[in-house]
Amino acid sequence: MLILNAPKIKSSEITDHQLYLSRRSFLVGSAAIALSSLHPGGPGPFRSAATAQPTGQPLKAERNKLFTVEEPLTPFKHVTTYNNFYEFGTDKEDPSELAETLKPHPWSIEVSGLILKPKTYGIDDLLRLSPLEERVYHLRCVEGWSMVVPWIGYPLSSLIKRVEPTSQARFIEFTTLLDPKQFPGQKKRLFQVSSLDWPYTEGLRMDEALHPLTLLTFGLYGQVLPNQNGAPVRVIVPWKYGFKSAKSLVRIRFVSEQPKTTWEKASPHEYGFYSNVNPKVDHPRWSQETERRIGELRRRDTMPFNGYADQVASLYSGMDLKKYF
Amino acid sequence: MVWVICLGPLTHLLYQLQTDDLGANPIRYVTHKLGDATLRILMVCLSLTPIRLLFGMAWQMMLRRLLGLFVFFYVSLHFSVWIALDHFFNGKRLLTDIIKRPYITVGMLGLILLVPLAVTSTSWMMKRLGGKNWRRLHKLVYVVGVLGVLHYLWLVKKGVNTPFGYAAVLIVLLGIRIWNWAKRRHASRTSSSALTVG
Repeated sequence: MLILNAPKIKSSEITDHQLYLSRRSFLVGSAAIALSSLHPGGPGPFRSAATAQPTGQPLKAERNKLFTVEEPLTPFKHVTTYNNFYEFGTDKEDPSELAETLKPHPWSIEVSGLILKPKTYGIDDLLRLSPLEERVYHLRCVEGWSMVVPWIGYPLSSLIKRVEPTSQARFIEFTTLLDPKQFPGQKKRLFQVSSLDWPYTEGLRMDEALHPLTLLTFGLYGQVLPNQNGAPVRVIVPWKYGFKSAKSLVRIRFVSEQPKTTWEKASPHEYGFYSNVNPKVDHPRWSQETERRIGELRRRDTMPFNGYADQVASLYSGMDLKKYF
Repeated sequence: MVWVICLGPLTHLLYQLQTDDLGANPIRYVTHKLGDATLRILMVCLSLTPIRLLFGMAWQMMLRRLLGLFVFFYVSLHFSVWIALDHFFNGKRLLTDIIKRPYITVGMLGLILLVPLAVTSTSWMMKRLGGKNWRRLHKLVYVVGVLGVLHYLWLVKKGVNTPFGYAAVLIVLLGIRIWNWAKRRHASRTSSSALTVG
């Protein structure tokens, strides 16, 4: 007869006494490590500011005090090594490690759509279109971290006024370069379960695009934009989550309908068209009430419109910000 | 040897801490690395039986307890960093997260289920419970495996594919067990019916 339920513990499966004893020591060790990591003043990542300094091609501009937050800048090293730029890869380190694959010069930007003066600008012409200024803005990522960055650029409105939008132009669509040779993250991968729909597109309502805070950006920290930060030209919309600020632009198009944005297509219930920074509207998978400022240990409260409520809240008066997230 | 490999991720983190090389967002980085180590060792742990079933090797079975305890060790560190450094013991926020965020709910559940397994890992507890009960209790590790992978799957953004790799490994490892279980069931049925006929 078969005995099916006989215990099957072989002697080889029973851990020897020595191992059993040593098990205790590592449980104690784990407690010690957990405790020692609680000392924020101790040696570690919070101790030193970044030592790396800007080394790129200089780009000089006067600081505009009216558009500057009086807060310590996030070190250059962190601004240029901790990036979300899926065109290079999904890891934060990918953009800075792979940055050399992008060739931001020569570069041209098509400005088209519902405007009277469509034109394709060379990057140097676009750069000289209007006086550059330096602005220190908050940057809040939808993932719950933030930075303070000294950008260099001029208001997007300067370009918009020059190309004379028609009355039908109600939205602006931004398109990032599509070129898997320069952006390895755009290459088709084996077993790719889900990727973004390239090219990356973003959009703003016309009044948002015309707002004086919206910056057409060419540099940071006194130099031209490093590739990993969206060279050679990007937009910065400081009261919205970072992904709204499209990088490495090749086209700015004026349209009548609200454009479908890349993250909206990827996950419509998580990333809305507006994506204004709002501590009261959760991301479906995490809270947006707090953020970690890069370089700080403790979380801080996230501010409505990323601290720019006084300037921009009126754009959305009467709108249900939970519905139009 | 096993100790060296299992302590590798922690040693690496401590080295990076010492050399100030944890990146711009160290808390997030450390949390992720500890979570990674947990899942990796858990997968190795879950592969010991399939190796025996497929290749008939048995020596690796004696590593189960040690590896299992390392899983518990890393998940405890992962959890401590989350509580202490990420949320600074903000009880209300932690509780809201556990209730409201499915990925945290399943992660928390996985951790809770590991506690009885760690507690009953001693030979004394094994004897006290009796082999049968003990083995039944420790089947929970399969549930923990599923919860751990779900935790990772639900947490990442679109385009991040690593958790699918873990899911694939888990499916294969559990699949081998199911296949073996079905085979044995079939075998026992045929033999018991043969017995009746005989």
